[in-house]
Formats: sequence, structure tokens, C-alpha cells
Amino acid sequence: MPSVMLKKNPEGKLVFYVPKKDLEEVAESVEFDTAEKWGGEVVLADGSKYYFEPIAPPDFPITLRAKRVDSGEE
Amino acid sequence: MAALTREETEALIQEVLEIYPEQAKKDRAKHLAVNDQSLEKSNKCITSNRKSLPGVMTIRGCAYAGSKGVVWGPIKDMIHISHGPVGCGQYSRAGRRNYYVGTTGVNAFGTMNFTSDFTEKDIVFGGDKKLAKIITEIEGLFPLHKGISIQSECPIGLIGDDIEAVAKKGNKEINKPVVPVRCEGFRGVSQSLGHHIANDAIRDWVLENRDGDDSFPTTPYDVAVIGDYNIGGDAWASRTLLEEMGLRVVAQWSGDGTIAEIEKTPKVKLNLIHCYRSMNYIARHMEEKYKIPWIEYNFFGPTKIAESLRRIASHFDDTIKEGAERVIARYEAEYQAVIDKYKPRLQGKRVMLYIGGLRPRHVIGAYEDLGMEVVGTGYEFGHNDDYDRTIKEMGNATLLYDDVTGYEFEEFVKKVQPDLVGSGVKEKYIFQKMGVPFRQMHSWDYSGPYHGYDGFAIFARDMDMTINNPCWKQVKAPWKTAASSEAVKAVA
Repeated sequence: MPSVMLKKNPEGKLVFYVPKKDLEEVAESVEFDTAEKWGGEVVLADGSKYYFEPIAPPDFPITLRAKRVDSGEE
Repeated sequence: MAALTREETEALIQEVLEIYPEQAKKDRAKHLAVNDQSLEKSNKCITSNRKSLPGVMTIRGCAYAGSKGVVWGPIKDMIHISHGPVGCGQYSRAGRRNYYVGTTGVNAFGTMNFTSDFTEKDIVFGGDKKLAKIITEIEGLFPLHKGISIQSECPIGLIGDDIEAVAKKGNKEINKPVVPVRCEGFRGVSQSLGHHIANDAIRDWVLENRDGDDSFPTTPYDVAVIGDYNIGGDAWASRTLLEEMGLRVVAQWSGDGTIAEIEKTPKVKLNLIHCYRSMNYIARHMEEKYKIPWIEYNFFGPTKIAESLRRIASHFDDTIKEGAERVIARYEAEYQAVIDKYKPRLQGKRVMLYIGGLRPRHVIGAYEDLGMEVVGTGYEFGHNDDYDRTIKEMGNATLLYDDVTGYEFEEFVKKVQPDLVGSGVKEKYIFQKMGVPFRQMHSWDYSGPYHGYDGFAIFARDMDMTINNPCWKQVKAPWKTAASSEAVKAVA
């Protein structure tokens, strides 16, 4: 369950940063991204997937706990 | 010597690795790579931030070096206690040339060494009492100091002293910030974790001090310069450019910086990060907590300076954008004259770098402005995100080496035969004795500043006087040169 720092980049895409792993990656898709609900499965540009408990849309940047769904590699 | 092809570079790495035992070879192979600009992510080609192999010569430092030497040390109006035996503080004293304005010993303490000088007794009975006494003593002897940081050396963590409790008590007693930093040298694989610990200590003990206090008048053009340690005056050379374009520099982290500046940083509009490696943590924290955006910039060489000034200006309104253009135009004649003078003397020269922090990628632009080419680069303590940013800066098929060992570096230089090597003081004399021109790129070889337009002129002069120094022709003994052996044959 890594802590993930999430922010929007200038293009409006979600940037995913895991400090412990120096992982800085753009999120390709977010399962729920509506006015009421945000979260679910997030797919990163390198193919790895993380899961966030769906919550009310947060105010980015923010640090949230994520679950690793599958390891793209390693 | 012509540039190496990809196959030749790969063969060179294999050849250098040949000497290692099986296990070591496997491990080191992951840290050496041939640059491929088509890669998006560095983890495809290079591994970094791993423990150095026992038995090889590494050039890395420790967590204490990262915290006391890099992040905290330059904060001039605080007293940084090297808490533990006397050596760590003494041998790191004033070596980094973080310039500052102030009267040393009165209101600035940058080049002084404060230590608790641990002896056996302190290890056996604990050093907390001694630390408390030091805090009281400092307050009496140096009443103009603005705060104290306690930089732990290895034994503090080993014997389990509670420096946090002492710090809290000291804070009540002297009514100034007392910051305990758990930067024991054994933590982590290099100084990099020390930077992180130091950043976290600032976050937890300093940054919030002025939350809710709006007495500081702000402007829409407030910025903080983060990760510039004012080596040889670098931060001053950067600051003038920013102020000239109309920005107000509220804080310098941490070269020539003060604790008051650091406390005011959460009030700025934009954080400018020069050394990404050592201070991105605090920038990310401020982004999350205070919603302050941050950008990286690069003030080495006119091309990158202009790029950076424009990128910084794009976060502000038109007055600043015009200001940036004005600054670039104003210095154009000056830097063009520098290029015209030195480029013909340096054109086509090849450079190998091995440094820490930001420079293995940041100085590439400055060399390219002078017509030089960087053919190999590497970080002492970089992480993957550093290499991500390096791949695009370096040419294809150039060498990348992470935490390079003394042996590997020497072999690479022998084979690649660069015209200049840029690294630290431990490497300097080896390469000079090999007859390779060398510049210390940590402390600018007692020169500097190298940042900004003013710094670029000094940078160009220094590179020229090193590479084109006539002494390199005299390194070989006269009876060992080709001409003399011909003469010997003729006599025989």
C-alpha cells in the first residue's frame, strides 16, 4: 500500500508519484472521475495498475494510499 | 578520437566489467549503460540508488553529509551542531564554499564547526545532558544566532539518545527553533537519504512556524530559489537575473539563506527548483500543503538560461514575460562575446562528467554552448527520476554510469580519452597524473560562480584555461616521448 502523491500536470493529466520508488508517471485512465466520485483502478503510462478506494473528488495535489493491482514488471 | 558507436560503447562496458568476480559483474552491469534517447524511462537501461558493492571504491558520502553538509549547513544564521565525535564536523567544515554575507561568529556561522565532541563516556552514559548544556552555552556565547539544528552522527542512533526531547526542552529554554535531525551516517545508501531526512526535518520543525501569520506583505511576484547552495556565489548570480526580470526572491534555500527566509517560503507564488535531487521533497510537500506550484530550472549556459527564464516567466503575467525578454536581450552581447572568444578554442572537445545532484545533466547545455560535447555522465547518488531527465540531454550512444567505481572511471577515461574530466577532489589528482585535464565540478575548483550569464563567462574561461593549459604537453617525461626515442635510436 504505497502512499502516492497525485497532482495535475500543465496538460491537465494526472501525475502519479511514489516517493519511495522514484516512480513518476502519468495516469492514462482513472476508473471513476466524475463530479461525485473519484478513484477505482488507475492505469499508468508504463502499464502498471493501482487501486484507490473511491472517494469524493479530491483537491489535487494530494497524497493518498493506493493498492497495487498487478505488477507491470518485476 | 572519434565518437564511439553504440556497439563500441557496449563492448567497452563489457571489457571494463571483465575484471570483476561473477556476482560483482552482474551487479555492476546494471549500473552502466549506453544512452538511448528513444527510451522514455531510465529504469529500462540503468539501476540507481542501490547499495554500493563492498570492496569497490565508491565516491559517495553519507546521510550526515547530505543533511549537514548540503541542506542545513549553508543556513547561515543557525548554528548546526555536529552531534557526535569530533571528526565528522571538522572534516566537513567549510569545504563546500557556500558563500554568505555576515560576520562569522557574530550573526553568521557557516564556516564554523560546532560539535559535541563525543568520547567514550558519552557513548556509555548517553550524550543528552551534554547536548542540553551545549544549547545553553551557545545561547550565552552567540546570542545573535537564530536557531540551532542538531545533526546526528552515527553513534547517536546506535546508542539511542532522545535528541527530540532535548530539542523540545532547548526550544522552550532559548525560545528559538531547535531542530533535531536524524541524519545518522549509516542511514540509506548515500547522501541522498540525508537530503530527504533534512527536508523532512524542515517540514516538521520549521516550515509551519508562520502558518496563520499574515504579517509578511506579499506581492504577486514572490518566488523562492530552492536547491541553490551558493557555491562560489552561484545563488547570487542567479538571483540578480530573477530580480532583473521583475520577480521578488523571498527565500534562498539554502545558500546564503536564513531561517526567517525558510519560514516565509510558504507565502511565495512559485518555487524554483535548481537542485531537484536534494530538495524536490520539500517542493512537493509545499505543493500539496500550500498549493505552491514548482518548476525546475537550469542556469548553466545561455541556451538553458534563456529557456528557463521564459519557462519561469510563463507562470506570471506579461510584465514578467517582457522582463525575461529584456534580461535575455540585455546580456546577449555579453554572452555572445564569451562564446565568440572561447568557442574556437574549445570546439569539438569531449568531456566526461561524474558528479552528484543536478550537475551531471544541468551543465551539459553550458558545454554545448561552447561547442563541446559531453560523452559520458553519471551520478554519485542519483535516483531513477534523475536519469529519466538525463537521457534526453545526452547524445545517443554516450556512456551513463551510476555510482561508478574508481576502477571503472579510470578505465573509461583511458579508453574514451576525453579532453576534460569533471568530477570531485578525490578524482582530481588521479586524472591529472594521467595527463588528463580536470576540473572539480563540485566546488568549481575554487572558482565560480558558474550560474547565470556572469557565471557562464567564468565557466568558459575556466574550461579554456584548463584544457588549453600548456602543462599537459609536459606531463610525459622528455625521454619517453616519441621524438626522444627516435633520437636514442639514432645515437645507438
